[in-house]
Amino acid sequence: MNAQLREALAPVRRGCGGLKVRVNGEACVLRCSGALWVEAERTLIASDLHLEKGSAFAVRGQMLPPYDSPATIAKLEAEIEALDPARVVLLGDSFHDSKAVDRLNDADRTRLDRLAAGRDWIWLEGNHDLKALAGALDLLTGRVVTTLQLGALRLIHEPQPGDRPGEVAGHLHPAARVVAWGRGVRRPCFVTDGRRLLMPAFGAFTGGLDVRDPAVAGLFETPPMAAALGRDRVHALAWEALR
Amino acid sequence: MTPAAAPATLPPPALPPLFADWFARRGWAPRRHQLEMIAAAEAGSHALLVAPTGGGKTLAGFLPSLIELAERGPKPETGPGSGVHTLYLSPLKALTTDVERNLMTPIREIGLNIHVESRTGDTKQSKRQRQREFPPDILLTTPEQLALFCAWEGAAAYFADLKCVVLDEVHAIWSGKRGDLLSLGLGRLQAFSPGMRRVALSATVDDPGMIAEWLRPGPIPPPRGEGDREAVEGAGPRLPPHHASHGPLPPAGGERVRVVLGDPGAPAVVDVLVSEGKVPWAGHTGLHALPEVYEIIRRAGMALIFVNTRWQAEFVFQSLWAMNEDDLPIGLHHGSLAAEQRRKVEAAMARGDLRAVVCTSTLDLGIDWGDVDLVIQLAAPRGASRLVQRIGRANHRLDEPSRALMVPASRFEMLECQAAREAVAENAFDWEPIHIGTLDTLAQHVMGVACAGPFRLDDLYTEVCGCGPYRSLSWESFEEVVDLVATGGYALRTYDRFARIVRDREGRWKVRNAQIAQRHRMNVGAIVSAATLNVRVASRRGQRLTGGRKIGEVEESYFEPLTPGDTFVYAGQVWAFQGIAGMDALVMPAHDSDPKIPSWGGSKFPISVSLAGRVRRMIEDRDHWRVLPPDVQEWLELQEARSAIPQAGDMLVETFPRGDRHFLVAYPFEGSIAHTTLAMLLTRRLDRLGVGPLGFVCTDYSLAIWSIRPMHGLDLDALFEPDLLGDDLEAWLEESFMMKRSFRNCALISGLIERRQPGAEKTGRQVTFSTDLIYDVLRRHQPDHLLLRTARADAASGLLDVARLGQLLTRIRGHVRHARLDKPSPFSVPVLVQIGRERVGGEAAEMILAAHAEDFALETLVAEVMADAPPELEGAR
Repeated sequence: MNAQLREALAPVRRGCGGLKVRVNGEACVLRCSGALWVEAERTLIASDLHLEKGSAFAVRGQMLPPYDSPATIAKLEAEIEALDPARVVLLGDSFHDSKAVDRLNDADRTRLDRLAAGRDWIWLEGNHDLKALAGALDLLTGRVVTTLQLGALRLIHEPQPGDRPGEVAGHLHPAARVVAWGRGVRRPCFVTDGRRLLMPAFGAFTGGLDVRDPAVAGLFETPPMAAALGRDRVHALAWEALR
Repeated sequence: MTPAAAPATLPPPALPPLFADWFARRGWAPRRHQLEMIAAAEAGSHALLVAPTGGGKTLAGFLPSLIELAERGPKPETGPGSGVHTLYLSPLKALTTDVERNLMTPIREIGLNIHVESRTGDTKQSKRQRQREFPPDILLTTPEQLALFCAWEGAAAYFADLKCVVLDEVHAIWSGKRGDLLSLGLGRLQAFSPGMRRVALSATVDDPGMIAEWLRPGPIPPPRGEGDREAVEGAGPRLPPHHASHGPLPPAGGERVRVVLGDPGAPAVVDVLVSEGKVPWAGHTGLHALPEVYEIIRRAGMALIFVNTRWQAEFVFQSLWAMNEDDLPIGLHHGSLAAEQRRKVEAAMARGDLRAVVCTSTLDLGIDWGDVDLVIQLAAPRGASRLVQRIGRANHRLDEPSRALMVPASRFEMLECQAAREAVAENAFDWEPIHIGTLDTLAQHVMGVACAGPFRLDDLYTEVCGCGPYRSLSWESFEEVVDLVATGGYALRTYDRFARIVRDREGRWKVRNAQIAQRHRMNVGAIVSAATLNVRVASRRGQRLTGGRKIGEVEESYFEPLTPGDTFVYAGQVWAFQGIAGMDALVMPAHDSDPKIPSWGGSKFPISVSLAGRVRRMIEDRDHWRVLPPDVQEWLELQEARSAIPQAGDMLVETFPRGDRHFLVAYPFEGSIAHTTLAMLLTRRLDRLGVGPLGFVCTDYSLAIWSIRPMHGLDLDALFEPDLLGDDLEAWLEESFMMKRSFRNCALISGLIERRQPGAEKTGRQVTFSTDLIYDVLRRHQPDHLLLRTARADAASGLLDVARLGQLLTRIRGHVRHARLDKPSPFSVPVLVQIGRERVGGEAAEMILAAHAEDFALETLVAEVMADAPPELEGAR
């Protein structure tokens, strides 16, 4: 990682295992869960929850465990418990498909309601959940937006081409791969060059796209840093280390 | 002939004149076991033929059917006798083609009106359709095709006439998941045609009774009555009855299997090559001996060179060609080469165009590929049974000895080769553990049955309990499997409305709709290969590389450590890795003479229990050393002087310092898999004892652990207490990548996750999500899920060899012999040289991440320190 990037990001390890960096001048914590914490705004951001992905497969005859939604919601609960955010932004593709809200069971829906109570709860639209959110506002607590300005950050589901200072986006599910001792390890990761930030997918069943894929790498003019999610800490990886 | 069994003392029946004449014309006499198989058929008995290679075993299996069909005359077009008469099942596709060719010879020469066809995954759709409409007399196929038949609505009618099923090479398949699926398929066939006879052909095995018990239809036998002669023949190890507390009881009764033993062939001539009078200290490839091996190939007619891994095959092939001044036609054959490529090599062998073929276990099974006159086993044989199989590839004539040469790659392997040679001479085979039917395989079968038509749960349970591996299946387990098939078997009942199988009005189960059935048929089979990538030659199209000609398939994990530009040997050539695009690994020819060869690790098969026992006894017995080469004898003596010679009843543990580390080397001789599990568990324990273990390596003979603090003061008997297999094992297993791999297999076989989906072949994506994620979620939310239990059992028996480790710990309990040394012993060298070449496990994933992050941290630190350094010290950077 070059000195310039290091300086721009100024990565500092936080007690929670997260990594504090600056994106477009805004101080953010890359959390080990895959969520982003913007302290100045007391805002927690999580992207691509893909709730009810398991049941979406079950409908078509592949019986994936029906535990992905509870697992994802539990992860969100833990983050909210730890940070007590004033605002929570779910950065799109919160639901896997258009029928997902209907399939969400009552217990899980109640848990979401309880989390949203007393906070500004924002469902930011994504390509997967556009229809789901449109048809289900009466079933869910919170408001729906397309984009959101948060200090120097601009939140949007799909990253836009070109130089977008302050853009925080999801959609691509970036994952980084490193190799040592003959074995490769692949983990979801944040990707940032200090100007814009790509979020990892937060959902329990969400896969990943290699950060070296042009769809990800093409968003950055200079090699960015990948911050991979370890078990209890975020690992800052230099672009050159990725395989 | 009466249906009662003919006692073995009666003279065997004579061949019908047509057949006797044919034997005479060929100058042959029917062999005893061939006549006994005819007698078994006339008695209506199921039969298991156990005979060495080259004894006319396949013909013996088919003769009764040929005789019956010859007596039948022209085949009726409809009604009784118009269906398939004999179904032949072979574990290898290639074997069906081979057998078809061999079977056609007597049919043609005798002038029989018998129609034979084969059917495999490669058979064209039009031919399959024709086979359904006009069944041949004899159909040659594979267990996977049988599973497909079982999932077909027309199966019951198609096989209603079936008289006989012949299972070839049954020793290679019965004790695994393919064997489970095969056994369940046989149960179905028996239900379609209750009079069907089962005939199995096996290479020589340690205990034919186990296979006979597997083969026998029907549930756990009733107590044996007096004068019941055949029960003795067919009796195998009896599983304890395990009756359910509710539901129908497994029915009593069952039929017998007649075991026919072939005459042993001429004893094989097995030599051990001691290259230039020396055996290397360490290694596992036998490369040092290749010049001599080459000379031997030059003098032989045709040689098969067996190695233990695909990568070793590639490497040996490459090295032989590098010294091939005579341009000898030398071929290569292993499981990850493209099928066309393998067929080419096989055809060239059959024509006699090749002088040598470097191969792996793909050529273990009984295909008769031309006149092999020498078998070379490069590196350790790992087991006497496999060695005998391989030796049998040379010289398919029973009355002449086969010639084989073993090439040990190290001194321990020298001991192993000698032990194997003695085992072969004594006809001592490796024994196999009892196999219990796997539930993921049963789930696939239940789904298949539902696809074929509605069934009653009680009926299917009775049928399954009549299948060898499932005799002790409880009703509760069966119900659980059905629930897994229907809705995934989850405690959270949210999928009931999406169930794959549902009950009809009469309470029978059937598949929900035609799409689900079609998807099941696309996913039949019990062989789960690791995720594979197609290896394709890259071509440049503008800026992008695209995949061209396919060279073969390779496990995805192989490419993990490679970076673009790395060179490696594959399909006998050097390639430069270009990158991965979708399901393709793109490569370009490289002109590198010194390719970077990724580590291929040790042998896939660990040394067998019986062979390891022989090696331990040989080491203990000084008189026995005399048969060994002088340098190996001296090595043993040096070990005795410097450390100690392990005794068969104990386990030697050495401790010594080296560099700034402390080493513990143990010599259990239980195979690399059990050793790796042991080392993982010991490391956890040593960590708790505060000695700071840093790493470990394993071979088939020993394991080494190194640490920050010395280990000689530890209570070693306590360290190796069998309770090692308790909580530590559980805790480690849950995190282990082997568990994840094992879970993936179970999820795919059971049908929980589909390998292939309609329309998805085009995109090439095999599984559309990570099974690791599913494993993690399931483990947290339903840790007792059926598939997790199955995966755990599989990992314990296969990938971890826990059972073997348990036996070891019990054997050495209180018999750990400690030698405290001040430097490495002669025995420790082979394992110590492995250090740095092995992969890491356990916490490795986190460590790899951390190591890279450390690089970054170091870089940051260096940058800080160097920031205000004077220019003349810049070199310190």
